[in-house]
Amino acid sequence: MLFKNAAELVELAEREQIKIAEVMIRQEVKVSGRTREDIIAQMDRNLTVMEQAVERGLNGVTSVSGLTGGDAVLLQKYIKSGKALSGHTLLDAVSKAVATNEVNAAMGTICATPTAGSAGVVPGTLFAVKDVLNPTREEMIEFLFTSAAFGFIVANNASISGAAGGCQAEVGSASGMAAAAITEMAGGSPSQAAHAMAITLKNMLGLVCDPVAGLVEVPCVKRNAMGASNAMTAADMALAGITSRIPCDEVIDAMYRIGQTMPSALRETAEGGLAATPTGRRLEKEIFGNKAKAVK
Amino acid sequence: MKYRSAFDIIGPVMIGPSSSHTAGAARIGRVARTLFGRQPTKAEIYLYGSFAKTYKGHGTDVAIVGGILDYDTFDERIPGSLQLAEQLGMEIVFSVEEAVVDHPNTVRIKLFDDDKEMELVGISIGGGSIEIIELNSFALKLTGEHPAILVVHNDQFGVISKVTYLLAQHEINIGHMEVSRKEKGKMALMVIEVDQNIDQNLMDEIAQLPHITQVIKMVD
Repeated sequence: MLFKNAAELVELAEREQIKIAEVMIRQEVKVSGRTREDIIAQMDRNLTVMEQAVERGLNGVTSVSGLTGGDAVLLQKYIKSGKALSGHTLLDAVSKAVATNEVNAAMGTICATPTAGSAGVVPGTLFAVKDVLNPTREEMIEFLFTSAAFGFIVANNASISGAAGGCQAEVGSASGMAAAAITEMAGGSPSQAAHAMAITLKNMLGLVCDPVAGLVEVPCVKRNAMGASNAMTAADMALAGITSRIPCDEVIDAMYRIGQTMPSALRETAEGGLAATPTGRRLEKEIFGNKAKAVK
Repeated sequence: MKYRSAFDIIGPVMIGPSSSHTAGAARIGRVARTLFGRQPTKAEIYLYGSFAKTYKGHGTDVAIVGGILDYDTFDERIPGSLQLAEQLGMEIVFSVEEAVVDHPNTVRIKLFDDDKEMELVGISIGGGSIEIIELNSFALKLTGEHPAILVVHNDQFGVISKVTYLLAQHEINIGHMEVSRKEKGKMALMVIEVDQNIDQNLMDEIAQLPHITQVIKMVD
């Protein structure tokens, strides 16, 4: 392994004067034994899956349960009306994140980033900043490798599983990964990318995983919207020169320890939080009847 | 390190809605199928923890059965796998368990046909990555990400060295290896993860060694 935490990743990238994406690609070559071309081609295919999912979601989908779908379409219409209060890029990122997760909820094909429940944030922000920064296809692939590098650190030092660490481990990680990648694509340094990740994740600490009826729909789709806007804001803050007082690795460690002390009811068991609200319970009953937990 | 590749993070490409409860579940089912070696006529599936509580919403049931039918995580037949299994004459029994287990996403799968039965326990550790932690009541750790052979043998001195010697002669490099047994001197299991695929001839050679009961291949 070339790096095992954010400090080592930033140090290596700055010493070699290469992008974080390049460190991740070199590590992948080293660990997998595959060629660079092969690895980049695989990431290119994943990028295509993401593009297709966003496109499908923007055309409107509905999940099997009927709980989610169509919000990406509403948001795009609203952006086009010219009345939006938030900036165009921010809302575009939000709508594309929502689009991806609506496709996921409809059991469509997506690329997990780092998980399926949080699959909207990275592509949502990528395809929104694309219209501002006009990256090449190679630079878009690099965006995914930069995201992967930070996700890799979280996965190995903390968790990317909602069942283990709550939503902070899923949408929180995705949002941090996206913030770092946006920062690097916009010309920020490796150190600024790590600050963007830290600022983002700090704002996600403690977020619970409480899916209504156990479905990856409510509140997951809207949490991806929030994850995308959080990533955009944190990237802009880092690019403005704002730093996180708590280093990135310590924020990741704090997230891990919060996850360990989080009660099981709030870790993807559909027993607490929004899942346990009167409306959450009513929706569960409507979808599954009374046999939700019976033996099949 | 649990995660080794960029594609563990940006990936897998999969049918929604959950990487751990859908894609990971499909992968565990598919490893079970691979270890069984053919399509079983019956599968018993026991769900624990978060798998037990939310399997319906996540499609964990259709994903595991899809995996047992040898479908990959992105196979669009997954949502309809229960009907497909029925058409293929595979009996499926689900059981939702109350028992508290170490990992929140745990499943026990038993596969049967007229000639044999097999039982394994898999956990889905996040982002679609999995580990098989028990096979026919042997504790082990198998990720399914590398080619591997599983050798059931009598717990006697020299058996391990004979197997590894054969691998060396065929220039097969071992990446990870572990040995477990239920009781001293009785049945034991070697799990050998290797860098190259192992052909049938070598499998047969290993099976013919003294004290070897069974050799199972796990392809990448």
